[in-house]
Amino acid sequence: MKGVMGVELIKLIIDGKEVEAPAGSTVLQAAENAGINIPRLCYDPELSKLGACRLCVVEIEGNRLLPASCVTPVMQGMVVNTESPAVIEARRTILELTIANHPLDCMTCDKMGDCKLAEYAYRYGVKESPFEGEKHDYVIDDSNPFIIRDLNKCILCGACVRACEEMTGADNLSYLNRGFHRKATTAADVPYIDSDCVFCGQCVAVCPTGALTEKTMSGLARRWDIDRVRTTCPFCGTGCNFDLAVKDKKVIGVLSNPDSPVNGRSLCVKGRFGWDYIYNENRLTTPLIKKNGKFEHASWDEAYDLIALKFNEIKDKYGPDSFAALSSARCTNEENFLVQKFSRAVMGTNNVDHCART
Amino acid sequence: MFLIGTNPTEAHPVIGYKMRQAARNGAKMVVCDPRHIDLVDEADYWLRLKPGTDIPLLNGLMHIIIKEGLEDKKFIEERTENYEELKAIVESYTPERVAELTGLSVDDLYAVARLYATTDKAMIFYTLGITEHICGTRNVMSCANLAMLTGHLGRPGTGVCPQRGQNNVQGACDMGALPNVYSGYQAVTVDAAREKHEQAWGASLPNKVGLKIPEMFAAAHDGKVKAMYILGENPVLTDPDANHIRAALEHLEFLVVQELFLTETAQYADVILPAASFAECDGTFSNTERRVQRVRKAIEPIPGQANWQTICQMVTRIGYPMNYDSPKEIWDEMASLSPSMAGINYDRIDQQNSIQWPCPTLEHPGTPVLHVGKFTRGLGSFQPSEHIPPGEMPDAEYPFLLSTGRILQHYNVTTPYSKGISSIWNKEMSELNPVDAEKLGVKTGEQVKVTSRRGEAVTQIKVTDRVLPGVIWMSFHYNATPTNALTSHHLDPITGTGEYKVAAVKIEKL
Repeated sequence: MKGVMGVELIKLIIDGKEVEAPAGSTVLQAAENAGINIPRLCYDPELSKLGACRLCVVEIEGNRLLPASCVTPVMQGMVVNTESPAVIEARRTILELTIANHPLDCMTCDKMGDCKLAEYAYRYGVKESPFEGEKHDYVIDDSNPFIIRDLNKCILCGACVRACEEMTGADNLSYLNRGFHRKATTAADVPYIDSDCVFCGQCVAVCPTGALTEKTMSGLARRWDIDRVRTTCPFCGTGCNFDLAVKDKKVIGVLSNPDSPVNGRSLCVKGRFGWDYIYNENRLTTPLIKKNGKFEHASWDEAYDLIALKFNEIKDKYGPDSFAALSSARCTNEENFLVQKFSRAVMGTNNVDHCART
Repeated sequence: MFLIGTNPTEAHPVIGYKMRQAARNGAKMVVCDPRHIDLVDEADYWLRLKPGTDIPLLNGLMHIIIKEGLEDKKFIEERTENYEELKAIVESYTPERVAELTGLSVDDLYAVARLYATTDKAMIFYTLGITEHICGTRNVMSCANLAMLTGHLGRPGTGVCPQRGQNNVQGACDMGALPNVYSGYQAVTVDAAREKHEQAWGASLPNKVGLKIPEMFAAAHDGKVKAMYILGENPVLTDPDANHIRAALEHLEFLVVQELFLTETAQYADVILPAASFAECDGTFSNTERRVQRVRKAIEPIPGQANWQTICQMVTRIGYPMNYDSPKEIWDEMASLSPSMAGINYDRIDQQNSIQWPCPTLEHPGTPVLHVGKFTRGLGSFQPSEHIPPGEMPDAEYPFLLSTGRILQHYNVTTPYSKGISSIWNKEMSELNPVDAEKLGVKTGEQVKVTSRRGEAVTQIKVTDRVLPGVIWMSFHYNATPTNALTSHHLDPITGTGEYKVAAVKIEKL
């Protein structure tokens, strides 16, 4: 059977439901398209497949083992069970092993509410780990103004390493050491600030736990208290979208929005971390009028009255072309439309421009 | 991917990421840049041409393509005109002559010409490295000539792609914040367009094309322009030849600036109106692909009202009632006057996330690829050029070539107000080749004074072979190092764009 674009469609059964999926897709993707959510920690649709965390294991009839669904291709006639007792038991064990070496300080963790590990521990009722052993005691890296890196909370899903290489291409992160001492870190294991990090923050956007978090948001809001306002970046012309994270009527950070048409979750240091200029204490908050060479605070009415007086006076005395307006490539379409309408319809001149050529 | 005069990983980072991914996935990449930009490390060919020799390079590539019969004869025949003139002009740009002019090897010229011409989906990307020259318009036309010669236009994955600079530079143009057109590029000199706007706005409108920015400042200097309104721009830091801009602003009788901060330009104002930031306003931005996307208000405006409200109140007080309920209503008025955007409204953007114009009707899906089957003007016209050297070149007194641009961490002059960003990147680190650094006796982090015929600036030096010997490269983000006090007064005669990319300077160790 052929589907769209000539790709063969495979028929299989997932949780008793007949499902079709294009050849070459994985069991996890086929399930997802059918509305069945399989837990996953290392799988990320935008990154290469790693098959490392094993949390997405499923039972496939005729297969003695529990394969990881994120790397198992669909086959004709496959019968898959995503929540069988064996699968649930395996997932519980995986989660118990994972939290054996993970701080359980979720009450104060900034990622709480958006932590995949916590979500699955809740889903499978894993409160604590029966496994006891050594725990990491890494120093928290808050060497820079943007990202807090707490490797004690790292579950080695490798999403940050893959995002750094595959999304940004900065190649700043990789794995170091083996076994218990394995860590996802910078070359030479230096703090971010001393590395070649470009601070795009893609690693933060893909991290499923509290290992990588936005420093500006630290301690300011639980994730469920954040209102997300989707908007367009105010810096370059790429047109990235992101969500402004708002708590108590204040912007506290920027969060990636995977539905962004241009950029997906990718951003740069300016878009993700440069927004705080809006709260710079030098922001102008009232109109100012220059008197005797010094700016003095004025009311809106005083400012408008003076502007109206002067602009009309100059127009009457010297003609419409004695006026010129500079509009802004940083402002909205609507504001620019008004500025050119003002220049043309009110001041009577086409002397309106902006920095289009620079 | 044929990149010329563009540094995407810094100036358009997310586009840079995508290019890097494409190169790593096997797409061929050619980088034409005098500077060792990041993408050089991903490129198949790096054409490290001498600054200001883009036309000879492009002519040279076209020369080879024609000589080897690699041009797209069908495309030229069916969709273009003036080909014979192009052929005549590029005839003299032999590989040997071009190698001499540009400093490139003949072998690389052949290899790149063949690669570009024979790749089915080849796209040219350019930015300010092409436009910020005395011959900027001619540079752009030369890029278009190369694309038309090979038929690399009007299909997905082909074309000439200028990556627009600011977040809404495309939109500001689309909205008619230009001296010659209303929104949707309707010329002010065309009676029908003017009459339509006169009727809509209830005002009689001028039919004479207005002044471009450099002409405005020249006219202010000469006392012809007496009053200005400046919204959200800081020409004292961002326009070339800053001292000339300052003098022009001083000449004004009355200046109103609407701004977030007391900028260098706002200092010259008689009245400052406080502006609201992107997080405080509803509206739209249009990106470099003509993609209209929403800007949404996340917090109450810090000055108490949004910018559109301030403009409306000011204009109403001047004597023209300007009343809108919301930015949506402003957009709708614009769309009703602009055929190319008539099909775009807030509801559609909310549903689809973005729409690319031209989008003439509500049923139209928008237009991701331009020039499919036909150019706007009908036939594509080859506009060939001879080599035009920069307006000012190094000489005995000013022996270094100054080139300028943006760095990743800053965007023009807003990001220095970000505490996080400015805590790390807080001073200009101008790039100087190790050969020159040794001659001048400066090390990374040390200060020099850079002087041109127009002004001077003090900067820290970063010693790096990213730049060629004889060149200093500076960004313009920091008010402590006003790079544009140095930049050239030479302008492209057609657009008025300053030649930011080439000026002659001298450097003294401090």
